[in-house]
Amino acid sequence: MTAIAPGTVPKASPRGGAARARMLRGLLPALSLALVLMGIAWLNPRAISYFGFNLMLNLAIPIALATIAQMFVIAGNELDLSIGTFVGFVGCVTATWLRDAPLLGIVVLLGSIGVYALLGALIHLRNLPSIVVTLGMSFVWQGLAILVLPKPGGKAPDWLLSIMSFKPPYIPFPILAALLIAAVVHFGLMRTSYGVILRGSGGNAAALRRAGWSLLRTKVVLFALTGLFGVLSGMALIGITTSADANIGNGYTLLSIAGVILGGGEFVGGRVSPIGAVLGALTLALAASPLLTFMHIPPDWQVAANGAILIIVLAARVLISRKER
Amino acid sequence: MASLRTLLEKPWIWSFVGALVVWLATIAFTGGYGGGGMVTAALSLAVFTVIVGVGQMFVITLGPGNVDLSLPANIGLASAVAMKVMGGSDAMIVVGLLAALACGAAIGAINYLLIWALRIPPIIATLSASFIIQSVDISYGRGLQIKPPPGFADFTNWQVLGIPVLAMLTVVFTVGAALALQRMIYGRSVLAIGQNIRAAWLAGVNVGRIRFLTYTLCGALGGIDGALLAGYFRGANVDIGNEYLLASIAVVVIGGTSVAGGKANVPGVWGAGLFLVLLLTMLNTFGVSAGVRLLLTGLIIVGVITAAGGEKAVR
Repeated sequence: MTAIAPGTVPKASPRGGAARARMLRGLLPALSLALVLMGIAWLNPRAISYFGFNLMLNLAIPIALATIAQMFVIAGNELDLSIGTFVGFVGCVTATWLRDAPLLGIVVLLGSIGVYALLGALIHLRNLPSIVVTLGMSFVWQGLAILVLPKPGGKAPDWLLSIMSFKPPYIPFPILAALLIAAVVHFGLMRTSYGVILRGSGGNAAALRRAGWSLLRTKVVLFALTGLFGVLSGMALIGITTSADANIGNGYTLLSIAGVILGGGEFVGGRVSPIGAVLGALTLALAASPLLTFMHIPPDWQVAANGAILIIVLAARVLISRKER
Repeated sequence: MASLRTLLEKPWIWSFVGALVVWLATIAFTGGYGGGGMVTAALSLAVFTVIVGVGQMFVITLGPGNVDLSLPANIGLASAVAMKVMGGSDAMIVVGLLAALACGAAIGAINYLLIWALRIPPIIATLSASFIIQSVDISYGRGLQIKPPPGFADFTNWQVLGIPVLAMLTVVFTVGAALALQRMIYGRSVLAIGQNIRAAWLAGVNVGRIRFLTYTLCGALGGIDGALLAGYFRGANVDIGNEYLLASIAVVVIGGTSVAGGKANVPGVWGAGLFLVLLLTMLNTFGVSAGVRLLLTGLIIVGVITAAGGEKAVR
């Protein structure tokens, strides 16, 4: 460093500033999570414990999985407004058929992933707006969920219950699961060559097509992955709640979009981050109720707090992005 | 023949054909009974979808990514504000309507402020705003039995020769919206921005002001819709606007407006609004269960979108 001639220093420093801003931007999801955790620790120090995290992050696993699901479609410049009701549908199938007739349950869940893949093909071939198609599909999934389970009830399969109530030593299970999800998806999407192609389909579709890659296939793969993680999210949710309800996942559509954006994802350009998305989901899961309960904020305002957190994080990102230029 | 062909080439004709087919299917099922009453009911319910649909249409026409997801929350809050200001008294009807209009317009303006100041996609801006509006509504409307003044409830349910007066007024409003879109500088600017925002800017269109006006207009329409809904259903509640998220976007797309922006269609919003309401009436007449009704509604929307097809990619 000291060997650099004095003349180059002024040139290097703005570039260094931009790099620092980019790093700061990458750290933003982790910083917001740390901020929420510090808030909780300050308001209720006893919550920061093995038992406390198990309780507070109870629902973090299904939210993180749904956020990852949403992240795949966003990576391809699409949006899935049906993921919430899909999670609800999967939950209903898990609590009924997967327990009583495992083979039928598995076929139905695999079939629903197939439906997602077909939707991807349909959206690509007919050049349809994904917002409208998935909005229509949200009715389909909700209708099917009500047909499968007209009244709240059912029971999760025992193997699923025992997985979800797993208590590893020292590290609470939700944190371990979040680490695992983030690591697996990060490797698959960010470190493999086909992962680059998948993100490229959102970044520059025309260039990929000219390079000979099938855009139909990338879209089908992205939607199938969304379906797969939607199924995992629904199953994890039922493993925690033990019984299902057709409306159980409705809030997940908005939570998952918010999680992806909080985690540094962008709607266009294939810019997404699996690790960020999981951190974003954890932040929302923590901020949604534990933090607000400790702050004595009435339940009426908890939805508003989600909106406010989103706005604050986005405002911080704009401030950082200005430095990046 | 030639005139028939030009008619068939209009993008909005299919939504009306769809509405007609659904209506015929229903009266074939009932053996011709209740066909007229069905049209009256469809008109009075379609009004609410058409009003927000027109607002959503202007926003969507601004180009890819422009959509107002805060409409349901906006409708909910405005309905509560209108009923509270009216306070059950006929003398306050106009003031209440103005309050709902102002409330909606303020929400629209805040939406654009978030989009502009934070430079975030409109979807996320309106989504975050809707979270906050929802909370305001829940805490503002809590524990209140909000009923409309009798005069206002009668007005929103008023019919002349089987045609709801509200529907007639809405037709006048949509004609105005169509004129504004095709013949006024404002509407032409919205279309220009949707076709190419940079070219519009270079051509001297004040992009920021037009987008601000459009979001405010959409918010204001949501606000007035909330007040009218509360009058029609004789009461305001938090969930009153929930179904209008899907409905407002669906009528725009089914009606032949391009989701890619730059191409709008006002008559199609009416056709699609009637189609959606008649579809629900048909499924109810057939006596299907709630699950099947949701399933079929979803499948038909996806089917119609697929049949209508998207824009051929230009680039």
